[in-house]
Amino acid sequence: MDKSIKHQNLDQNKDENSFMKTFTKGIFKENSIFVMALGLTPALAITSSFEGAFGMGMLVFIVLTLTNIIVSLLRNLIPNEIKMVVYLIVIATEVMILKMFIDAFLPALASKLGIYIALITVNMIILSRAETVASKNKVIPSILDGLGVSLGFLLSLSIIGFLRELIGTGKIVLGQILPLGFEVSLFDALGLSKYALGVFVQPPGAFFIVGLLFALFVSMKQKKEAK
Amino acid sequence: MGLLSIFMSAMIINNIFLIQFLGMSSYFKDSHKMESVINMSIVVVVMTVLAAVMIYPLNRFVLEPLGLSYMQLLVFMGVIAFAVFLFNLIIKRLPQYQSLKKLLPLIISNSAVLGIAFINIEASKSYIEAIVFALGSGLGYGLIIITFTAIRMRLESYQVPQAFKGLPIALITAGLMSLAFLGLVGLF
Repeated sequence: MDKSIKHQNLDQNKDENSFMKTFTKGIFKENSIFVMALGLTPALAITSSFEGAFGMGMLVFIVLTLTNIIVSLLRNLIPNEIKMVVYLIVIATEVMILKMFIDAFLPALASKLGIYIALITVNMIILSRAETVASKNKVIPSILDGLGVSLGFLLSLSIIGFLRELIGTGKIVLGQILPLGFEVSLFDALGLSKYALGVFVQPPGAFFIVGLLFALFVSMKQKKEAK
Repeated sequence: MGLLSIFMSAMIINNIFLIQFLGMSSYFKDSHKMESVINMSIVVVVMTVLAAVMIYPLNRFVLEPLGLSYMQLLVFMGVIAFAVFLFNLIIKRLPQYQSLKKLLPLIISNSAVLGIAFINIEASKSYIEAIVFALGSGLGYGLIIITFTAIRMRLESYQVPQAFKGLPIALITAGLMSLAFLGLVGLF
């Protein structure tokens, strides 16, 4: 893993004793997409609808937290030379089992996400968390860190998906992909559909939205530092 | 579909980087020197073709007849790791070995290689098609990351708003490139 991640790990060890901090820093201060620029593939590829983005966020939530638990339990048993391979095998097994469940119970989500479910395996967020946090810390901090980071990822993905679907189609459809038991489309009454910019649900819109949100995040950080 | 149209649509229309967003993290994480990006694209092309050569028959004649399709993920990861090992043996004699060797761990976790393998087994109907598709996709990825790096090197010398410096402006540039590529849909 590269230098920036290792450096961040040193900072983490300092305030490790405070559990709440371990949990919350993953959401904002170390937001995986907008601060660390990891996991851009899912953030761009499956955020054309709010529901798909939320579903992907939930899957990463499950896999990341589980991986952090397993890796931190095994941290003294994994030989240093092959740790990368061990992490990949652990994650691949989890994703494989999860994929079988999704194929069986959530077929709409499975067809929406397609190959990107399998690609969770090589998601850099999960790998870097396993490498920098779970392999060096006890189980409880690792779980908290995993929950915080994946919650940050879930929130970022949901925001991107929400903006893209709202600008791209003028409404938010719920219940089509996730089995909520009802189907509603929000913001219909505003009549935004007339002014929808279709490009935002297509690949270029993903780059625009993520780029703009990224800039917003950077400028917020700069303002905070200036104070 | 002719082989040429498969090749061109894999390379340009369904571009791995701009339309399918594969291999993003590995690219943005790496340093942005032209030399290392060129090395990376060469390695990705070789690896996707090597992986396709092994994965297609394995999937077609072993996994599918035995009903083990759910094992695809683990098997493909194993094949890619094996391909990295093979590639390491091949390039050992080259003078550029030291700079190429550093890229190999990045390749196992590069979503472009694994992603192309998955798209490939769904899209391709014969062995030749699978290899042509892998070659086209790999070249498309390499072509775009090299072009994109050249644009980013120029962007560095321009005055962009403070908040947009670095990655945000790069993402918006990629969006404009992607918009241009969308215009090519229907060409083949």
